[in-house]
Amino acid sequence: MMVPAPSLATSLNPATSTAEVKRAELREIDASTKWPALFLLGSAVGWLLIGTVFALISSFKMHSPEFLGNYEWLTFGRARTAHLNAVVYGWSVNASFAVAFWLMARLSRSVLRHSGLLIVAAVFWNVGVTLGIYGILAGDSTSIEWLEMPLYATPLLFLAYALVGAWAIITFRFGKSPHIYVSQWYILAALFWFPWLYSVAEIMIVFTPARGTVQALVNWWFAHNVLGLWFTPIGLAAVYYFLPKVLGKPIHSYYLSVLGFWSLAIFYNWAGVHHLIGGPVPAWVQSAGIAASFMMVVPVIVVAINHHMTMVGSFNALKYSPTLRFIVFGAVSYTLASLQGSSMAIRSWAEVTHFTHYTVGHSHIGMYAFFTMVMFGSIYYIMPRILLKEWPSATLISVHFWATAVGVIIYVVGLSIGGVLEGLLMNTPVLAHKLGLQPTDDPVPFLDIVRRTIPYLVSRSVAGVLMTVGHIAFAINFAWIIIRSTQPAASAPTLFRSPPDMEVAAQ
Amino acid sequence: MNRAPLIFLGIFFALAFSWTGIVLTNQISYGSLQPVYDETEGKSFPQQTPGLAARGKLVYQDLGCIYCHSQQVRRPGYGADIERGWGERQSVPRDYIRESRVLLGSMRTGPDLRNIGARQTDRTWQYLHLYDPQITSAGSIMPPHRFLFETRKIIGQPSPKAIQDKLPASARPPAGYEIVPTERAESLVAYLLSLKDTYAYPETKNVYVEPAAEAGKEEKK
Repeated sequence: MMVPAPSLATSLNPATSTAEVKRAELREIDASTKWPALFLLGSAVGWLLIGTVFALISSFKMHSPEFLGNYEWLTFGRARTAHLNAVVYGWSVNASFAVAFWLMARLSRSVLRHSGLLIVAAVFWNVGVTLGIYGILAGDSTSIEWLEMPLYATPLLFLAYALVGAWAIITFRFGKSPHIYVSQWYILAALFWFPWLYSVAEIMIVFTPARGTVQALVNWWFAHNVLGLWFTPIGLAAVYYFLPKVLGKPIHSYYLSVLGFWSLAIFYNWAGVHHLIGGPVPAWVQSAGIAASFMMVVPVIVVAINHHMTMVGSFNALKYSPTLRFIVFGAVSYTLASLQGSSMAIRSWAEVTHFTHYTVGHSHIGMYAFFTMVMFGSIYYIMPRILLKEWPSATLISVHFWATAVGVIIYVVGLSIGGVLEGLLMNTPVLAHKLGLQPTDDPVPFLDIVRRTIPYLVSRSVAGVLMTVGHIAFAINFAWIIIRSTQPAASAPTLFRSPPDMEVAAQ
Repeated sequence: MNRAPLIFLGIFFALAFSWTGIVLTNQISYGSLQPVYDETEGKSFPQQTPGLAARGKLVYQDLGCIYCHSQQVRRPGYGADIERGWGERQSVPRDYIRESRVLLGSMRTGPDLRNIGARQTDRTWQYLHLYDPQITSAGSIMPPHRFLFETRKIIGQPSPKAIQDKLPASARPPAGYEIVPTERAESLVAYLLSLKDTYAYPETKNVYVEPAAEAGKEEKK
């Protein structure tokens, strides 16, 4: 392993900026981000709760279809879509905006200019999401996966996005830092990629629809890249920043982080076609999608090694730091989600799992166990620094962590087992017979499959209730830290317990 | 050292690569696929969706049917779509060229619906199934769509479309009332009944056939 020149490594690493001057500067930068960050994070938490309610409704409906069955605006197809849009465009995007520009300001060593503009953008975004979700519930959904919001909401979203993007570039340009840390690479790339994806998808599917299944290709090129080229980079940027920051030591290898970035940039954006394996689109483009999905093993392993080697020797710190615990849970989930995703692109495995609940489980490892957990960790770090006060309750943080961690594990395990069972019975009857799951080679009636998956759908509802408990604990703590009075003197960060021999730095 | 322009170029070309490959190339190669004119039938295929069915498609979209029902049949030998009777042949790109919105779907919590109009042609079955799936498919987890029906007092002649006589006794309205599908239900059912890819295009005649199946047929001969 090549060791980078010390001067480069130290200057690139956020963990080494310990001088008092820099600390004061950071405080000034943090203060400048206060209002937009608070607005975005507050909206994010609100959407998280709304999205959770829709998630529970949809999940209950899956095994008890009569639940709220008389309300058209809460029928499964709409409640489920409202859930997806609330947690993706409401919670996740708001949180990623806040985390992205907070990291960008810090890493560029640039005070946030014209923060009013950013608040305007954030208001536009949230009005757009509200309109969009209202439209979905009212029956104006486009039924294009990940692009369900009706026409009257999307231009507002695009405008808001453009403002945020432009603002981040400006912050970067005015920055004093001579070097570009890997988190900044990820954020800049994500900010550039998303509007491209979004505008092409809106134009080619909604405004002037392409003919036939070209639409489906554009749809999955967009939908998978929202995950791969927006949420993944923002999530990884946060991990790359907070892991070394909390541990107080540099990231393991600068070169690995560069390799990880470029291999992700090159391979991920071809992978989306794996959602159309076996579908009515050209075979070559399916094969390309499968190959790219498999090549994703490269960036994932590289990033995993880099993060793991950074953690080695510091696992003890997981006992104390809430931020670290969420971030590490997220980073490990990233590795798992990505390797699972690569395997799901293999034709013979896709034959079993495609169209089943297994895919839903997979998407929740990615968007929840990875991205959402990383955002939780980031928020636990950011809020005390912009408000200059500490989290009121370590117990609530602990409840939040265990309820969501155990919840998402039950969720994923349940749906994965149920999904494979469903897939074997539905798609590969011969194999299911060989495995003793059904008496003959002939496909079993569809309703038998439905009946046999219901216990797993129930397990998902149980998991959902647990996750809801975690979210409520988080929301209480979040509201509490905002309204509690400012502490007279700067205190130590809120930890799960006090480390015996560790002097904890405040920044 | 400012490497920002270089990084930006890399970022640009990374996405430009897949945009060209997945979006642009396919748009050029089959984005202007044409219907096939059949001289013996004097029609071109695929046919235009009739007006009522086209309105029904909007209902299908606004209710989010796509989240449990796909509309694509995979080839024999990959999945069990054909064995399950979801179609006579695999779906091909030409099947979709008349649709301004393509609803392939990615979940099969319920069965594929690409050919539902060919396999379940009974209009009354469709209404009853929508009204309460338990009537026709006990144990289904599909939500009921009673909100697509209207319970009203019978004034004059009872409606020929009324379905209450076919409902189980417990679900029937009081005497003098009838349950009729709303216009949305009628258009949705018209759409479902219009879903059938039964025409054989040139490209569907020489699609992949599983070798084992082929061998089996020869033995039978």
